[in-house]
This record gives sequence, structure tokens and C-alpha cells, in this order.
Amino acid sequence: MAAVHGDAHGHGHDDHHPSGIMRWITTTNHKDIGTMYLWFSFAMFLTGGTLALGIRAELFQPGIQILQPELFNQFTTLHGLIMVFGAIMPAFVGFANWQVPLMIGAPDMAFARMNNWSFWLLPVAATLLVSSFFVPGGAAAGGWTFYPPLSTQGGLGVDLMIFSVHILGASSIMGSINIITTILNMRAPGMTLMKMPMFVWTWLITAYLLVLVMPVLAGVVTMLLTDRHFGTSFFNAAGGGDPVMFQHIFWFFGHPEVYIMILPSFGIVSEVIPTFSRKPLFGYSSMVYATASIAILSCVVWAHHMFTAGMPTVGQLFFMYATMLIAVPTGVKVFNWTATMWQGSMSFETPMLFSIGFIFLFVIGGFSGVICAIVPIDIQVQDTYYVIAHFHYVLVSGSLFALFAGAYYWIPKWTGRMYNETLGKWHFWLSMFFFNLTFFVQHFLGLAGMPRRIPDYNLQFADFNMVSSIGAFGFGLTQLLFLYVMINCIRSGEKAAQMPWDGATTLEWTHLPTPAPYHSFEKPPVVK
Amino acid sequence: MVNRTSSANVLMMKKLLVFTLIMFVFGYALVPFYEKFCEVTGINNLLKPDVQVKDNWVDEQRWITVEFDANTRDLPWNFKPLQSSARIHPGQTIEVMYEITNNSDREVTGQAIPSYSPRFLDKHLKKFECFCFTKQVLKPHETKQMPVQFVIEPRIPTDIQTVTISYTFFELLPGAGNTKK
Repeated sequence: MAAVHGDAHGHGHDDHHPSGIMRWITTTNHKDIGTMYLWFSFAMFLTGGTLALGIRAELFQPGIQILQPELFNQFTTLHGLIMVFGAIMPAFVGFANWQVPLMIGAPDMAFARMNNWSFWLLPVAATLLVSSFFVPGGAAAGGWTFYPPLSTQGGLGVDLMIFSVHILGASSIMGSINIITTILNMRAPGMTLMKMPMFVWTWLITAYLLVLVMPVLAGVVTMLLTDRHFGTSFFNAAGGGDPVMFQHIFWFFGHPEVYIMILPSFGIVSEVIPTFSRKPLFGYSSMVYATASIAILSCVVWAHHMFTAGMPTVGQLFFMYATMLIAVPTGVKVFNWTATMWQGSMSFETPMLFSIGFIFLFVIGGFSGVICAIVPIDIQVQDTYYVIAHFHYVLVSGSLFALFAGAYYWIPKWTGRMYNETLGKWHFWLSMFFFNLTFFVQHFLGLAGMPRRIPDYNLQFADFNMVSSIGAFGFGLTQLLFLYVMINCIRSGEKAAQMPWDGATTLEWTHLPTPAPYHSFEKPPVVK
Repeated sequence: MVNRTSSANVLMMKKLLVFTLIMFVFGYALVPFYEKFCEVTGINNLLKPDVQVKDNWVDEQRWITVEFDANTRDLPWNFKPLQSSARIHPGQTIEVMYEITNNSDREVTGQAIPSYSPRFLDKHLKKFECFCFTKQVLKPHETKQMPVQFVIEPRIPTDIQTVTISYTFFELLPGAGNTKK
């Protein structure tokens, strides 16, 4: 019904925006900004991925072949920083920009000008970060968590990293303020909070987490900066400070941060699975409460990253049990997704494949997380490849797979064209195969004692490392296929049907034409 | 309608900005909170004297060798213990002397930071007096002898026969550490 009414709107409007590059620099349209976020994060994903391939190339064989240890450390550090702050987080913000106004029936984001500004901070921050490779002393090399004393001793590269984190933090905070205000104030009439699509819910909670912890990160890097240059001694033992305190403050930010990177992917999967099961999401309200519980619990578990840093037993027990408790709301979600599929009329297009792959592999990462939460085991596996395997299972096959699912799911709505389904499926199956080839063996390496962040290793680890490196190069090349599928879809994909997915029920599918017009929902739809 | 929404939006933005600012300050507030927490719970009590416990007893059946180590970091000082080790009974209070000499022509302020081996020694080591509790100021070419008085509690596990107490002197630069004790 409403498809036609939206269309009339789109044509009635003069698009009086400038053309060429100025269109993108000055745009305040949520769709343009969302697109820029997504392209930026994909470019950063390839940059961080190239660093990862450098790491895996060095680890292909024992001994030092390609990267000297100093450069290897810079690679691991920047790989982590770029992937977390440059790829995963901006990608989710890109989805929020595109989808939140469409899904709640708002004409645009609440603060369109600020939206532009929060995007254009990102390339600046990324330039600082990447250019730090070329300053004397090279990039920051103390790990993505930049613990002192290494981060108080490093060279100019560390300062560039600190400024970059400041800018990225400012961008995230502005983005979150925008998202919260949009969701709370600009919903279409009739769209109560408990009628919002799950993706919007997860982003609302994520945005609150961001304004909660990003300022703390900004504070801790500022302390680092003043310790380095202005004579304070927050983390300098000789001046009465304490480097362990850095870890506490950092992880007070850092643990909610990992949920910031996974909650929106829960949201995407909660949209995709009902669509391709042709059933409403099972246990909607329990999903909302589970998301909120995860967010609250995530603020009281930070010290499980520091079991070996020294802590009273009672502290270890508290953080161990609190961490294991997170498995409960997470389990609620997994069972709800499974129950949504149960007896559904399922079909397996690429978004659904990535979502099911997400559930399967994220659960493996979740279980290894519960294992790491157990103090005596964590003391064994701390800083080994077991931890690397664990968080790549939740971040790559968790966050990234959900991002792929979302991209395939919404690209027909964004561009009005269909992607090549065969190639999409190839992308999924190759990603699935090479991802597991890369990271599953790292569990064994970690249990056998291979430490992380070291460019060389004992001969006993050689075979699994070779397998892992082959997997990594396969996974990296597979992502070029994704780039091809997307460009091919945008430029010459088949015209998408008005409703490409017959099970979709959210506003952007039911109330807007395909592709979504440049200006949508100028008259808010009425939700019953 | 449009105006009402946008003023509501601006109000919301102001609230969230205030919240952001509060969280930034909260990040800094974690520092004194952390120190207070450690002080109250007795964690990380490196720079404060311990009080003598009342039911102190000496385990005369056991001997423990205490090794003394002294280091400087980027400091123009000589720093050494007057004895390299001592053999004591757990529970027995002992005092050892350390000596520092300023080799430079300027006044230097330093702070010693202790380090123990095995790591859990700090639970069983009670220090009543130590030059590490305060900063030390040495005039050019001054030499100073300073005591450490401590006891190792008899509760220390019986498989421990040798422990090491190490100190490293760091230079306190002018202006550094003023905000801290």
C-alpha cells in the first residue's frame, strides 16, 4: 500500500544538493553518511586485514623471515586498533545511519549537521593512525590495549595513536548522541518502544554504552598523554602512580566496548532470521531484556582481563562469576533465534547463511569465553593464542559475519539492485571454510602454550601455524570477492523487486519503495 | 510540530553531553577511588609502614635467607646494601642499612620502589621503617645511610628458604609527582 505513497514523495522533491565530491563532503543526508561510513569501514577493514596478513606471513614458519620484531609488534598493535575503531565500530554506525531512520519512520537523523561532522572526523583519525608507521620510531607497538609502561615509553607513534583515539572517541560520542536522540524523539506515531525493531533496540542500548564508556577511554588516554609529556605520574610507579591502575580504567572501557561491537550484530541477526524463517522473532521482549542485561553486566566484569595482574581471591571469584553470568542472557538470545527458525518456512539466501553461520560460530566463541572466565584456566591461557582464537570467533565470525548478513540483506533496499546470489553464497562458504581454517587451530596452539604478540615460535607449533596462515590468506582473498559482489550489484545488478524478501516486516520494506528514495518519511507513517 | 521536536532534540543533546562530561570526570575520579580502595583493603601497600602485630612470635625452628638487592634507574647515584644477605628466623625483627651516594654536582631527589621475590612475599613481609616510604633528597656528592626494619611473618609457607628484597631508585623530576603522596 504505502510503497506508492512513498514514491510520490521521492519525486516531488528537488534534490538540491551539490554534485561531485562536494556532495559527499557537505552532505547531511543520513543515507549518504551511512554509505560513507560503510565504505570507510570497508577500506579500514582491508587495511587492518593487510596488517593481519603481514602477521600471518611472518608466522607462516618459525624464525624471523619478513617482519623484524619491532615492526611485527607495530603490525599487531595497529591491526587491533584499526579493526576495532576503524572497521567494526564505524561499520555498525553506518548501518545505524542507514537503517535507524528507515526502521522507525523518521525523515533523517536528529542532528544532521553533527552527523556529517562525526563522519568526517574518522578519515582524520585514520590518517593519524596509519601515518604513524612513517614517523621516527614507527607506530605504537605495545598492543592495541596500550598498557603502560610500554605506552609511556614509546615514541611519536604513540602520541599519534593517542590523538587518533581522542578523535575516534569524539566521533563515536557524537554518533551515539545522534542515535539516542533520533530513536527516543523521532519515532513514527504509534511506534512505541516495545514495537521497535530489534536492530533499533540493540543500537539504542549500544549508544548508551558508548556515551558511558567512551569518555572514560578519552580520560585514560589523556592521563597517558600527560604522563608522557606533562610530568604527571598516573601510571608511573616512580612518581607514586600504578601501571595496574591503567588496566583497571582501560578495561572499564574495554569490556563494555566488546559488547558495543556485538550488540548491533545481535540486532542485525534478529532482523534477518525472522525474515528468512517467515515467522516473527521468538521472544521479542525477552530479547530486549537480554540485551539490556548484557549491557549492564558488561560494566562489572572488566577485571576478568587481568586475572594474572594480581588481585585478591575474592575479586577473582566475583569477576569470574559475573562473567559467567553473561552467558545466561546470551543463551536466551541464542535459544530465541533457534526457536524463531523452528518450524519456520526457511530459505537460505546469503544473509540467512551468514546469520546461521554467525549463531554457530559465535556460540563457539561464547563457550571459549566461558572457559576463559574460569580463573585457573585463564591463568593458563592468558596471553596465548587460545585468547586470540576466542575473540576472533566473537569478533570475526560474530560482528563481521553479522555485518555481511546485514549488507546482503539491505543492499536491495539501498541500491534497488540485487546482488549475485551465487557469488554471495560462494562468499559465505569460502569465508566459513577459511575462517575456521585460520582460527580453529589457534585454540590448539594456545592450549599448547604459544604466546601471542611474538613474531617467532617454538618448532612444535610449526604445522598449525602454517595451516592458520594458509587460512588467513584464503580468508583475506575471499573478502575481495565480497567487494566484487557489492560493486557488481551497485553498478550492474539486476533490478530488485519491490519486496525482495517476502518475510520482511519492518517499515523500510513495507512503507518505502525499493530503492529507498533520497528523502524518505517526510510525512511519518502511522504504525498500528 | 517540527519546532517542538527539534527543541526536544536539543534538550536531549544537552543532557547527553552533560552525561558525557560526567563520565569523563568519572574516569579521573577512578584514580583517587582506586588509591583509596587499595589503601582500605591493604592491597598494594608498598609505601606505608606496617604496624607491629601484637601476637608476634618467633619460629626458632626455621631459618630464612634474605637477600638484599639495590638498583638505580637513570640516576647519578651509587646505591648498595651494607650487607648482601641475612639469615633470620621468621618472626624476628631485623634492621639492615643501605647506603646512597650522589655522584653528581646537582641536588637530586629520588624515590625507591620495592620489589619482592617470591611475589607473594608482600603478604608476609611487614616493614616498620623504610627509606622507601618517603622521597630522598641528596645534595651534590652527599652520602647517606638509611635503615630498613622489617619482619617476615612465621606464617610464610615452609617451602620458602630464600627471599629477595629489591629496591630501585627512580629520579623524581621537578614538578613530577606533585599531585601524589
